[in-house]
Amino acid sequence: MKPQLHSLLGVEQLTIGQIEAILALARRMDPSRPSQLLHGKRVALLFYESSTRTRTSFEFAAKTLGATTTLVTPVSSSIEKGESLIDTGWTVAALGADAIVMRHANSGAVYLLARYVRVPIINAGDGMHQHPSQALLDALTITEHKKKLKGLRVVIVGDVYHSRVARSNADLLSRFGADVVFSGPPDFVPEIATTLAPGVTACHDLNVALQGADVVMALRVQRERLAGKDIRLEDYIANYQITPQRMRLAKPDAILMHPGPVIRGMELTSEVADGPQSCIHEQVRNGVKTRMAILAMLFGRGAA
Amino acid sequence: MKDMDSLLIVRGHVVDPANSLDQEMDVLLRDGRVAAVAAPGALRGQGARSFNAKGCIVAPGFIDLHVHLREPGQPHKETIATGTAAAAAGGFTTVCTMPNTVPVNDSPAITRWMKSAERGALVNVFPIAAATVGSLGEKLTNFAALKRAGAVAVSDDGKPILDDRLMLNALRVAARLKIPVVQHAEDTRMTEGCSMNLGPTSFRLGLHGMPNAAEASVVERDIALARATKGHIHVAHLSTREALEAVRAAKKAGVRVTAEVTPHHFTLVDKNVGEYNTHFKMNPPLRSSADREALIAGILDGTIDAIATDHAPHAFHEKQVEFERAAFGITGLETALPLAITVLHQHFQLPLLRIVELLSSNPAKIFGLTGRGTLAKGAHADVTIFDPKKKWTFDASQSRSKSKNTPFDGWTFSGKVVSTIVGGNVVHQE
Repeated sequence: MKPQLHSLLGVEQLTIGQIEAILALARRMDPSRPSQLLHGKRVALLFYESSTRTRTSFEFAAKTLGATTTLVTPVSSSIEKGESLIDTGWTVAALGADAIVMRHANSGAVYLLARYVRVPIINAGDGMHQHPSQALLDALTITEHKKKLKGLRVVIVGDVYHSRVARSNADLLSRFGADVVFSGPPDFVPEIATTLAPGVTACHDLNVALQGADVVMALRVQRERLAGKDIRLEDYIANYQITPQRMRLAKPDAILMHPGPVIRGMELTSEVADGPQSCIHEQVRNGVKTRMAILAMLFGRGAA
Repeated sequence: MKDMDSLLIVRGHVVDPANSLDQEMDVLLRDGRVAAVAAPGALRGQGARSFNAKGCIVAPGFIDLHVHLREPGQPHKETIATGTAAAAAGGFTTVCTMPNTVPVNDSPAITRWMKSAERGALVNVFPIAAATVGSLGEKLTNFAALKRAGAVAVSDDGKPILDDRLMLNALRVAARLKIPVVQHAEDTRMTEGCSMNLGPTSFRLGLHGMPNAAEASVVERDIALARATKGHIHVAHLSTREALEAVRAAKKAGVRVTAEVTPHHFTLVDKNVGEYNTHFKMNPPLRSSADREALIAGILDGTIDAIATDHAPHAFHEKQVEFERAAFGITGLETALPLAITVLHQHFQLPLLRIVELLSSNPAKIFGLTGRGTLAKGAHADVTIFDPKKKWTFDASQSRSKSKNTPFDGWTFSGKVVSTIVGGNVVHQE
């Protein structure tokens, strides 16, 4: 069966076969060698929220494959004037977009767009819900260091509640048999988070959670969200910041990941971010390869 | 010579809980009143037009304690004329309209305006007036004047009365006037920014969820205040097992508390939101399966007094937006009876007599609507005739409501309204 892909809305809709096909294709992608695979295709980047790496890597990915891109943001567009998401989507499609990559502050906004707009939609992050290309590039990064995902202990640390990265990763990794452990203060890691997927557990004591970890994934922690949940900054740092000492609780060959943007001195220290176990730069590089693979699959050029 | 002010309903099966009738009988309506209910054939020769109700249930007209007809102020969603047309099609002969109109119905003038014949209502309209001025939760309205103008209850629906003292006073004044205070029980301090029920589904979808406690804590508080004041608290659209348990215990203790449940809460659960379908977004939200099962148990054991629709029409553009930005609420007038029959009668074996009680006689008692919810001689000639076995498929595009925001489009039901009679006049006929 050919792992065809119409839209990429969330990890949950991907089959295991599709995920493996995207990862296999991503491994073969070389961002330093431009191709004409998607020559003549137009990719619209509809970004309702700010983004550095996701937007840039989708743009580079599309251009490396020979597609043209255009950026649409709320500022200086009709969105500012009160145009609905559906109307903006229709307009972008009618202007000739062959695919729309969208980031949006509302969970599920991509589903709305996909229901009304006939072109393929790629979710580049929707509210607290999903960020599937991030989960795919993270899986690519992990598999470059570990033989297989099955049986790995992946500790995701920080504000899981607000994190689309945590949801997407837990979804993907648990389907491949990894043990996903969420760690953070109870307001950020509520008990209900463990219902996300089979094999997902919560551990509010980071020092316990880290023991035997193969992968440590730190999430960005926003200062205003700490305040909103009545969590003192110094308490968060004392209990949940990833430090060199804490990294030693994990397996010696454990890798450290972060989806970015990194707030140094908050969720992790510079020693850890720049340390030998850090894969943060690799994640960013893999972002371009993974998004090249997603675009190629989406346009049916995945078999190349 | 046929008497045009008379109607004889023959060969139907009369279900009239107020008079313990559940048998084949004929019903004679004359001059806007029930003139007689008698054994089949006994009323022949009265010179009336006759209506053949063979195979149908003949019930006292249904009363919906909770609708939003959007007038004054939001005629793009609904008007009193279109909303009552939907009510008639759904078998409701009386609807009680919530005050969250624009402006808020906090005055005798607006109450009278809503009841005025110029609105073109097809069924009886009884306004529920705002409990506080502008529903701002600061100062009580003049309950006595509102009652004189035709209001049957007070409520700040959608804007719950959280201030203890204000609620205490509202119950105290309402008790003297013998009207209920209707509360949309939601501690909004716990639900800010929430768009569905708190649970695994909301977590997976990345949506902020409303906890059961936000409803239950207000219901428990209201019960305590009703006990203290001897006032009557009516819990609108009860949706959680904890609130249900509080009502059950309070009733046993003799507190004057009544509760309604919507058809969507006894039919659907939060999982049905699926991929952010805004036709499954309402407040209170669809809850867990455990809550739904508790509500059904509460209906079966009589803890729940009434079925009310919370008919909440919204235009397409208010629903075809991001889930978190979409308006709360769904239409419900035309699907209430079919859902009650399909879910409660067919699946949970609730007798039709009990369904009529929940839709008619009990609502009449709760809001003190004398001469309604009964087919006693002299009662208003409000009658709903329905075929409990008729299978049909609901097509939202054919709805009489101005809005089509329903999760039940395309559902196949058992049970259909055949005729709706208000004051002796047939206002809906299949």
